Amino acid sequence: MSHKFYGGVHPAEHKEATERKPVVPLEEAPAQVVIPMSMHVGAPCKPIVAVGDEVKVGQKIGEIAGLGAPIHASVSGKVVAVEARPHPGGGKMMSVVIENDFQDTPCETIKHRDNVDALTPQEIIDIVKEAGITGMGGAGFPTHVKLSGAVGKVDAILINGAECEPYITADHRLMLERGEAVLGGVGFIMKALGLKEATIGIEGNKLDAVEHLKSLLPADSGIHIETLKTRYPQGAEKQLIQRITGREVPPGGLPADVGCTVFNVATASAIYDAVTEGKPLTHRNVTLTGGAMARPMNVNAPIGTPIEHLIKMAGGFQTQPQRLLMGGPMMGNPQYDLTAPMMKGTNCILALTDAEAAVQDTEQTCIRCGKCVNACPMHLMPLYMRMYSMKRDWDKVQEYNVMDCMECGSCNYICPARIHLVQTFRMAKFEIRGLQQKAKAKEAAKA
Amino acid sequence: MSNENKLLGVASSPHVSSPIGTRSLMLDVLIALVPALCAAVYFFGPRALIATIISVVACEIFEMGYRKLLHKTQTNGDLSAAVTGVLLAFVCPVTLPYWMLIIGDFFAIVVVKQLFGGLGKNFINPALGGRAFLMLSYPVAMTTWAVPGKWSGLISAADAVTGATPLSVDFMHSGVLPEASIMDMFVGNVGGCIGEVSAVMLLAGGIYLIARGVIRPNIPVAFIATVAVLTFIFPQGGNDRVTWMLYELLGGGLFLGAFFMATDYVTSPTSPKGEIVFGIGCGLLTVFIRYFGGYPEGVSYAILIMNVCVWFIDQATKPARFGFTKEMKEKAKAAKKAAKEGAAK
Repeated sequence: MSHKFYGGVHPAEHKEATERKPVVPLEEAPAQVVIPMSMHVGAPCKPIVAVGDEVKVGQKIGEIAGLGAPIHASVSGKVVAVEARPHPGGGKMMSVVIENDFQDTPCETIKHRDNVDALTPQEIIDIVKEAGITGMGGAGFPTHVKLSGAVGKVDAILINGAECEPYITADHRLMLERGEAVLGGVGFIMKALGLKEATIGIEGNKLDAVEHLKSLLPADSGIHIETLKTRYPQGAEKQLIQRITGREVPPGGLPADVGCTVFNVATASAIYDAVTEGKPLTHRNVTLTGGAMARPMNVNAPIGTPIEHLIKMAGGFQTQPQRLLMGGPMMGNPQYDLTAPMMKGTNCILALTDAEAAVQDTEQTCIRCGKCVNACPMHLMPLYMRMYSMKRDWDKVQEYNVMDCMECGSCNYICPARIHLVQTFRMAKFEIRGLQQKAKAKEAAKA
Repeated sequence: MSNENKLLGVASSPHVSSPIGTRSLMLDVLIALVPALCAAVYFFGPRALIATIISVVACEIFEMGYRKLLHKTQTNGDLSAAVTGVLLAFVCPVTLPYWMLIIGDFFAIVVVKQLFGGLGKNFINPALGGRAFLMLSYPVAMTTWAVPGKWSGLISAADAVTGATPLSVDFMHSGVLPEASIMDMFVGNVGGCIGEVSAVMLLAGGIYLIARGVIRPNIPVAFIATVAVLTFIFPQGGNDRVTWMLYELLGGGLFLGAFFMATDYVTSPTSPKGEIVFGIGCGLLTVFIRYFGGYPEGVSYAILIMNVCVWFIDQATKPARFGFTKEMKEKAKAAKKAAKEGAAK
């Protein structure tokens, strides 16, 4: 079954620098880890350790306060600070700083589980919750919330192995090296949701991963593996659903509205580790790459490792990078403080040189070429959205459905006039949300 | 490390961009026009090349001068004026005196393009606007056609051997097939404007543009297919359907118009559906003008008329909103209606 996925672009992949490099542990563990209390969608966690406490690997250090997932220590050692520290998302965030004793003493709660087949769906969801697992593809939605919300509402489980952003190979290597864990995790997701089938979507630039997973697949597993034509942003939730099931998530809706739920391959393997070994989410694969990185590589690093330490492990910079990103070049977050840590959703640290980065040269005039309209995977008309945004005609901008924009950057990438479309739409959405809030407040005051 | 931090650039994503810019797109269009120019030089002599060069230089100078006079940034680097220059030369007869061509360039660049704000703001194709102006101003010079193979003089073309074109009042406009064979028309061994005669060379250029992703095939395919279907269904002068259709397709400026004029970014719709509507509209008008109009050739006016409809076509052919179901559409409509009624009260 193959469906169309409209639009998109195909930027240079640049995956060759790391796609054949096995994931290695950090050559040298970080002396300190900084673990932010917010690495997920929702409310920040409450720290439950104090300065001076001794912690072990996997020990819970942050408790849920509202929507969220608990947070665990990724190294053993002493808590030296509980304070606001630079956060990769910008600004500062309450963080627990642990001084590494380099012993990696595991927490007592980490125990191999023998009777996994006897677990009930609710037990699996509880394990996922206690392990602090969040979506590892980027957005970081708490996985247990997604699972419990999906029970009985969805009929299709999709596993995202598209990894459509250029440069990144963390998921690719994961599928090659820990295929059993990925498939095992998918099995647990199916069990938790009471479904017999799941589909893993992998882009055609990772055929070795497709073959490998297929070779591991037992005959009656119910897991299908689909090869997708390489196209950005296929790994975006809505586009993956459209591509594999043909269903379109309605505007402002959730995948569950069309009976789908999507998990990243890395999330699946984290679920496998949590269920079989009792391991909370404390480590993850990260690709360290980009033209400015001296030794591009894939590492498995403790969450909370400062970016500067990761860069040191990759041999430092061979040239001064123009831009340092957390994530891929299309949607990644630019970093300005290298003491900020990697998080649960960090799949890549990307150091782009002047030549690689779009040095945002001056905008030229729109020539109405229509490339943005053809590239938009959400079926929008970016050129008109921009035209009305520049006139600050927010009603018109909304008529062109700017709120549907997911900021994938396809239009911006393809624009021959180098117009900063995504930036404009971010501003427009911000303005429109402000107006909506104002209108709401007015209504409330009237009532 | 702290020192290096200060040097890191921060900007809104995406952080990479496609290597294709406005200039490279325009350069591709120029490259795609080279085969047709070669055919023109072969059939009409070096005067075709000189005229094209003069037209390009004039366009660039007018653009530079206008923008200098008004203290605007110089835009010669984007090569769009060069494209206009080549295209305007291509839609004029080779015997047209150079000074007339230059007046056409002035009208195209200054009046049609720059007075409306320059590249991206003009609402009709500058080259076709220039041609329309020349047709009105110098109708005789614009319809004097050199016979292919008889090269006209470089300085003055007054002594050129002239004849009729396949679409002139002598032939197809009156339902009579011209003497030229279909093969002659295909390679360009017929009378006509500098760049329009050789269908095969234009086709090569068009395929190059599509292969390079500069243009999408929607407009040219819809345009040419519409003309083909209409002329096949309604042959004139009791001619054989297929023969008539082929003469209609190959005679005149259809290929030049469909691949290079109607696809002009600025003056064509942006959505895939809109492009098809636009192409069909161009095809319909072309056949109408050829069959019923006073002019033997309709391509350029058909495109000009469709140019001014682009805004409405773009409004009417928005791509279907992602995930917007029929029920949601009806609901939104009802809500809008209710809001309107509420406002009226």
